[in-house]
Amino acid sequence: MSKITIKDLAKIKEKTRAAMELREDGPCRARVVVHMGTCGISAGAAKILHTFEDLIKGRKDNGVHLSVAGCGGLCSREPMVTVELPGAPRATYVDVNVKDAQRIFEEHVLGKRAVTGKMLPSDDPFFKQQVFIVLRNRGLVDAEKIEEYIAQDGYMALAKVLTQMKPEEVIKTIRASGLRGRGGGGFPAGVKWETCRHAGEERGEERYVICNADEGDPGAFMDRSVIESDPHSVIEGMAIGAYAIGAKQGYVYIRKEYPLALEKLNIALAQARAYGLLGQNIFDTPFSFDIEVHRGAGAFVCGESTALMASLEGRAGIPRAKYIHTVEYGLNNKPSCLNNVETWANVPAIINNGVEWFTRIGTGDVSTNPWGGSKGTKVFSLTGKVKNTGLIEVPMGITLREIIFNIGGGIVKGKKFKTVQTGGPSGGCLSESLLDLPVDFDSLSDAGSMMGSGGMIVGDEETCMVDLAKYFISFLEEESCGKCVPCREGLRSMYAILDRITQGKGKKGDIKALEDLSRVMIQSSLCALGQSAPNPVLSSLKYFQEEYERHIDDKKCPAGVCTALYEMSIDPAKCTGCMVCLRNCPASAITGAKQKPHALDKKKCIKCNICYTVCKFDAVKKN
Amino acid sequence: MAVDLTKVNQIIGKWESRKDFLIEMLQDIQDEYYYLPRDVLVEVSKVLEVPLNQVYEVATYYKAFSLTPKGRYTVSVCQGTACHVQGADTVLSSFERALRVKLGETDKNQDFTLEAVRCLGCCGLAPVVTVNKDIYAKLEPSQVLKVVDKYKKMPRQ
Repeated sequence: MSKITIKDLAKIKEKTRAAMELREDGPCRARVVVHMGTCGISAGAAKILHTFEDLIKGRKDNGVHLSVAGCGGLCSREPMVTVELPGAPRATYVDVNVKDAQRIFEEHVLGKRAVTGKMLPSDDPFFKQQVFIVLRNRGLVDAEKIEEYIAQDGYMALAKVLTQMKPEEVIKTIRASGLRGRGGGGFPAGVKWETCRHAGEERGEERYVICNADEGDPGAFMDRSVIESDPHSVIEGMAIGAYAIGAKQGYVYIRKEYPLALEKLNIALAQARAYGLLGQNIFDTPFSFDIEVHRGAGAFVCGESTALMASLEGRAGIPRAKYIHTVEYGLNNKPSCLNNVETWANVPAIINNGVEWFTRIGTGDVSTNPWGGSKGTKVFSLTGKVKNTGLIEVPMGITLREIIFNIGGGIVKGKKFKTVQTGGPSGGCLSESLLDLPVDFDSLSDAGSMMGSGGMIVGDEETCMVDLAKYFISFLEEESCGKCVPCREGLRSMYAILDRITQGKGKKGDIKALEDLSRVMIQSSLCALGQSAPNPVLSSLKYFQEEYERHIDDKKCPAGVCTALYEMSIDPAKCTGCMVCLRNCPASAITGAKQKPHALDKKKCIKCNICYTVCKFDAVKKN
Repeated sequence: MAVDLTKVNQIIGKWESRKDFLIEMLQDIQDEYYYLPRDVLVEVSKVLEVPLNQVYEVATYYKAFSLTPKGRYTVSVCQGTACHVQGADTVLSSFERALRVKLGETDKNQDFTLEAVRCLGCCGLAPVVTVNKDIYAKLEPSQVLKVVDKYKKMPRQ
């Protein structure tokens, strides 16, 4: 096949757009999009897709175009379906079951009357405050069809930099845009690229670009979703970066826990190669570039740059001290530029739309200093005890309150907001007093948390802060590679203290000991894992010290989480004798007759909480 | 029991005998045998010319690998933050009771291995459990027995 040219690209774009254009008198008179991300599939989206397939097959020439797209964003209300008709705004349906699908097809797709009840209005607060840059193609492209990506101006940015810009100009553009690393560190991408290019030129050596898709933070799934839904945006971003830096080879390091993302990525790479968008002499220029995929094998620390590169070399992913940066001596001791999935996905949008467009969104001023602000958007996975859990993209500078209460719709079951945890295990737990904090790299760090890769977990009054801190420390203790003592032993000691507190065996002086350990770890750990590990403990101590004291002094867990510190009982005044808890109790600890208040034997009770979750009358109490 | 090494060599070939693909190879081997048998590690070391101790280091460093056989079904209870906040611990203990194994163990019939996994990335559907490739979203402790029974009833291949 001869090399693809910019003209070819424009032709593909036109052709795909024409085929996809919705027109009353055209071949495509309606489009149904089923959102098939991992969340959608686990909620049953495949069944919905088959239902639509059968319905469309059943009717000849109905002009209905069925497409598959990635994540619809509102995970808690999957499966989601979007219906597009000529001249009408896009309609999104949530919680769709097979019956709904049939109704949507008959009434809305064919009958042009929207089905009420499960339709999400386009001005729903969930969508209203979101700004899509990284998720720009949400619901618009099928990850398995490169033509659909091209139809949304895909690979135009690559064409532009290869034919109209010098590598130095590309770096200058990214630097001026103020794009900072979305993996959590917030290091300006342009500065990193420049250093890497410089190091390679100086030594006359090969360079690499690497995409970090080892999204290990529990409670974070932004990168999974981006790769599942729009892998070409990452590939294009990497190719642009490679051109700017002078690299010929790229690597994607992706978690094995993301099988669907891996599959979509491999399909996308194969298609890009087939079109000549990867390979030798792309767009007939001297630039050649290809990407190789490596699967991680389950080690959290491999998200750290030096550990990731060790793993890419086929070794155990153990970090090294970074006196010498990986942009100078990284993978195979060559200059290596590592950026996160979301950072790469931002790049084509910046090239296409320009610096001015990008810097209009966000906080601060980056015109002279790339650290001077946080520009653009950030993708968060909003989860925990909020009504709308899902994947959101918001402009930098939005407040936590806006995210949690407007986009997230507030706390579930009418409970009270207690904490929001950002930044994963290395981040912190913030309290209600900080809800008006603008979300950007610097404000969050100042408050004792961090932006992190974008996990945002909301806790309510039933979230125990000591338990949450213990959870993160236990996570990190297990994931510490063990190379340096402060991290390995510090986490072990911290866990022992926190575990003791949650068991009701906390002692005076425990809080002080936690603080002392934290200080040592921050100062003397080898890599970022150990240096930031105390954050969950320190931040929860800062904002919720009273709760620690209640555990230590009164041996009580106010949130009712630490099993050693509460007992279950049944309130006879509220119990209707429905027998549901009795039947579900695995320990046979509940006795009683129908329509008579039940009794709970505290000696037999194993505190599995099943009765608490199944009771519809709020009769099971923890005290 | 001697292990058939033809599959191992196929896997090594698939990854072009490249040393930097060692982790990929071991993952494929783990999928094939449900663990990393000693003979296989020796073979990999020989073919790749990577010292056995280095292969062993990799095999014991990453969570995806196991040096002892696992069950037909791996039950992975997600312990991500979102799942934790939504009560993943009680789901896990329900599985321990239902399968009569402790976390990390395999049952006597080698049907089930119970594992905790750090975040499957479906946080919107917490608590989440996977059994091999099947995903169970918003799983309540009271539904655990039903899930286990479903796999117990499946015929052995």
